[in-house]
Amino acid sequence: MESFLERNSFFSHLYRFFDAATPSWLAYLLAASVIVFVLVNGLMLFTMALIYMERRLIGRFQVRLGPNRVGPFGLLQPVADAIKILFKEDLVPVGADRITFNLAPVLFIFPVFLSLAVVPFGERYFLADLNVAVLFIMGVSGLSTIAILMAGWSSANRYAMFGAVRAVAQLISYEVPMVLSLVGVLLLVGSMSMVTIVEGQRLPLILLQPLGFLVFFMAALAELNRTPFDLVEAESELVAGYHTEYSGMKFGMFMLAEFAASVVSSAIIVTVFFKGWEGPLLPSHLWFVIKLFVVLFVLIWIRATLPRLRIDQIMAFAWKVLFPLSLVNIAATAVEVLLWPQPTTAQIWAMVGINWGVTFVSLALWSWLMGPTLRPNMPQLLRGATTGKAA
Amino acid sequence: MLDDYFRQYGLVLIFSIVALVVPAGMLLLSWAAQYIGARPSKPSMVKSQIYECGMETIGGRWARFNIRYYLFAILFLVFDVEAVFLYPWAIHFRQLGLFALVEMAVFIAILTLGWVYAWRKRALDWR
Repeated sequence: MESFLERNSFFSHLYRFFDAATPSWLAYLLAASVIVFVLVNGLMLFTMALIYMERRLIGRFQVRLGPNRVGPFGLLQPVADAIKILFKEDLVPVGADRITFNLAPVLFIFPVFLSLAVVPFGERYFLADLNVAVLFIMGVSGLSTIAILMAGWSSANRYAMFGAVRAVAQLISYEVPMVLSLVGVLLLVGSMSMVTIVEGQRLPLILLQPLGFLVFFMAALAELNRTPFDLVEAESELVAGYHTEYSGMKFGMFMLAEFAASVVSSAIIVTVFFKGWEGPLLPSHLWFVIKLFVVLFVLIWIRATLPRLRIDQIMAFAWKVLFPLSLVNIAATAVEVLLWPQPTTAQIWAMVGINWGVTFVSLALWSWLMGPTLRPNMPQLLRGATTGKAA
Repeated sequence: MLDDYFRQYGLVLIFSIVALVVPAGMLLLSWAAQYIGARPSKPSMVKSQIYECGMETIGGRWARFNIRYYLFAILFLVFDVEAVFLYPWAIHFRQLGLFALVEMAVFIAILTLGWVYAWRKRALDWR
């Protein structure tokens, strides 16, 4: 038990506390339950904070107030929403596959929770330090695709079905660059454990892996179905996408899971690219929370800024832009690691310079080459109006 | 060492059970609320029709969808398997050295050839 306890001080405090009074297997179970309780409730709390922050900030971006009636500054708005949604009538449409229909929201929340199991929130504070953590996150988050397909198919509604197949096409397309963009990180750190990734970063990896970060960030936006990739729930095209037929608590669960997924993805981005919990002066948990909210703010900012893309643009962007760029990133990083297996500080800064150079050159070159092909079938009316920006 | 390994996964197992129980509990709670009268439940024929802008659905409920979705599924399969090979390679790259770099370059070159072929065949376009 020693080596595990040494590394996981969150667990060890609890374990020692319970071990004094109970047999060790019960102490293990009790300590685990307390940690899991804290984790799940913490995620709920952060999700509610995100919902409040998102609605207030979007309000500010759109020059209006946002919710400000329930509680001081409207702080209790998410609580009021949760209570309201719990007591809404729950309808199941005629002809729906009831078992699948009810199972889909449960299965949609499950992977969101589970990805949190391997994220370290502070110095020696984590649930589990798996040596395959990155692979675990990628594998588990893939489950939500199945839940979306279940929801769309079982509703027996055409809008829901189209929303679901669109969602699956988008999610699996962006899964490829997302998975590949992390290979650069693994090359540099040499481990898939999230704890080792945090501790192995001498500089925040966003400096060493700018291209990997960009690809991962955009793929994460698409995986979260957030603007500009929110085509899955395009209200003006598909009613509400795969959860058109859901009402009451089940609809609330879909919404909750989407916001919680934003929190979890931001936590992963912070851990992998922003040195996780490390920072001077302040306690490590506080650093983690600060960085988390900065990333969440950027997500909301993007939502307030960019319009929705068309489906052909989205699919082309995944396969024709993000995929080759992630390969370029892998190649550049692999050559650097081969040249400097144990880099000195000067060599690390050289790597930073080279990687930023590679990023700018490849981005500029690719958008110059691909710009015209990424705007296919544009209506004649719009052709003169757009600038030379790639989609 | 091995004990450690199972303790970690034990924690993940407990967490995954909770991650299933919590959403199931939410559903049960809202289901139970209907029996104490806190939540209305008055289904009618009109309410439980599927939603389609006030029109009745023409044809079957499960619509056919385009073949292009399958194309992307096949492409995904090819390139996600690539990632399975890339991950262990990336972890042990420092020990393996130049030989592994050349090997992986050949492997990715072959896959990239397939990607170029798919592009030329317009499999990456959304038509």
